[in-house]
Amino acid sequence: MQRYSGFGLVKHALSHHENWERQWRNPTPKKQYDVIIVGGGGHGLATAYYLAKEFGVKNVAVIEKGWLGGGNTARNTTIVRSNYLWDESAVLYEHAMKLWEGLSQDLNYNVMFSQRGVLNLGHTLQDMRDIQRRVNANRLNGIDGEVLDAKGVQALVPIMDCSKNARYPVMGASWQPRAGVARHDAVAWGYARGADAHGVDILQQTEVTGFKIRDGQIYGVHTNRGDIEAKTVGCVAAGNSSVLAKMGGFNLPLESHPLQALVSEPIKPILDTVVMSNQVHGYISQSDKGDLVIGAGIDGYNGYGQRGSYPTVEHTLQAIVEMFPIFSRVRMNRQWGGIVDTCPDACPIISKTPVKGLYFNCGWGTGGFKATPGSGHVFAASLAKGEMHPIAEPFSMFRFHSGALIDEHGAAGVAH
Amino acid sequence: MFYIYCPYCGEHREEEEFHPKGQAHIERPKEPEACSDEEWGNYLFFRDNPRGVHHEMWVHAVGCRKFFNMTRHTVSYEILETYKMGEQPSITADSQAKPREAAAVSQQEGVRA
Repeated sequence: MQRYSGFGLVKHALSHHENWERQWRNPTPKKQYDVIIVGGGGHGLATAYYLAKEFGVKNVAVIEKGWLGGGNTARNTTIVRSNYLWDESAVLYEHAMKLWEGLSQDLNYNVMFSQRGVLNLGHTLQDMRDIQRRVNANRLNGIDGEVLDAKGVQALVPIMDCSKNARYPVMGASWQPRAGVARHDAVAWGYARGADAHGVDILQQTEVTGFKIRDGQIYGVHTNRGDIEAKTVGCVAAGNSSVLAKMGGFNLPLESHPLQALVSEPIKPILDTVVMSNQVHGYISQSDKGDLVIGAGIDGYNGYGQRGSYPTVEHTLQAIVEMFPIFSRVRMNRQWGGIVDTCPDACPIISKTPVKGLYFNCGWGTGGFKATPGSGHVFAASLAKGEMHPIAEPFSMFRFHSGALIDEHGAAGVAH
Repeated sequence: MFYIYCPYCGEHREEEEFHPKGQAHIERPKEPEACSDEEWGNYLFFRDNPRGVHHEMWVHAVGCRKFFNMTRHTVSYEILETYKMGEQPSITADSQAKPREAAAVSQQEGVRA
């Protein structure tokens, strides 16, 4: 792998940047691998990277039906935080946060991780009580967090309407300074390049059409480019997880919904942090390019069409203008939808399945991007050892039979 | 934006008058106490979530406030029919011939069937 550096940039400038090595190969599928990852998004590529780098499993294929990071990795609002309420999820997201902090160095790829802080606003007394409870829980778990009052919020974000005249006045917020944003595409590309350098075969435009299962044990997959064998298969297919599960002969407790987001025309730097509000229901940050990145809730109906309805867009922008009247005349540039796999308790599924050797990492719903490194790391550990990593253990799909749910609707259900 | 025919009002109305309420035709177990953990968990949490023809409940929230059923394609989002509670769908994934599905997909922007 050609390492990136300032010196390299200068050297390649001399040849007009025409001789950069390709970031990953485009190999022909082998007949057999030790592990197959289905889904070449952030989570899948991270899984492959850690499998090869940390757990010594180098004979790995990532199978992607489209192009790398073309699903939700390319469609989210890039927010990274770890201030979840319950111990199980707090540990998982904080594991990811610690990996985020060294990710650019680890991958030798600038993922533009910017710890600009995230505000979760409170607009009612109950909001403030929940925020206090969550921040206290975070601190007990070693996660940074502060409770701010309206004055504190106004000091951080002078352009926000924190006055008493607002329809839902801001009463305060939780503030996680270590949270922030990252460049979503770079995360997928960085992991792909790293995985490829460790020998992982990344097979794009290869669609899994079925599983090869004998006596309840998986031994390969059918694809549009022929059969590929492996005794361990990990599915990381987000919105399409239910479709894959059906091929394996079982159901998942998931529903796929469109989640829309939009960006404005680029404007000068005006917002240097991330603002989220569950109550008026919207979230916003400003990218390095200058456009405002805006999102809110899912469209309520099931859908796989990677687009949603306009009423949802309208509600989102109402919330943003309610919080930031100054943005009322900013024009929106692009709008899109991703398909998120929502779970009844707003927590992911990282789990074994009724089929031996077949594992699923799904159900991240509206907030999977922030967990990319942690999710990949614990899933890789589980695939390598055949036993679930202790952090992944509580996220078994069988918790919906045992009743041991992890109810994160407060910290996760609405805003991400 | 959906334009939905409410089978009770007998009129087409805009999507904003309605709320989707999840998979239709789920029957509550007759004797919940007799259910195993698995059966009860399946009833509460596990859903069909098909990529294709789907039967779901909607409520005409700011209209007649009645629940009704809808058959809809989850990729093209085409509404195939709406029908009253207690009735059975006339269109199902099996009854849907392949050509129709292909046609629905090809209508999407940027997709060639």
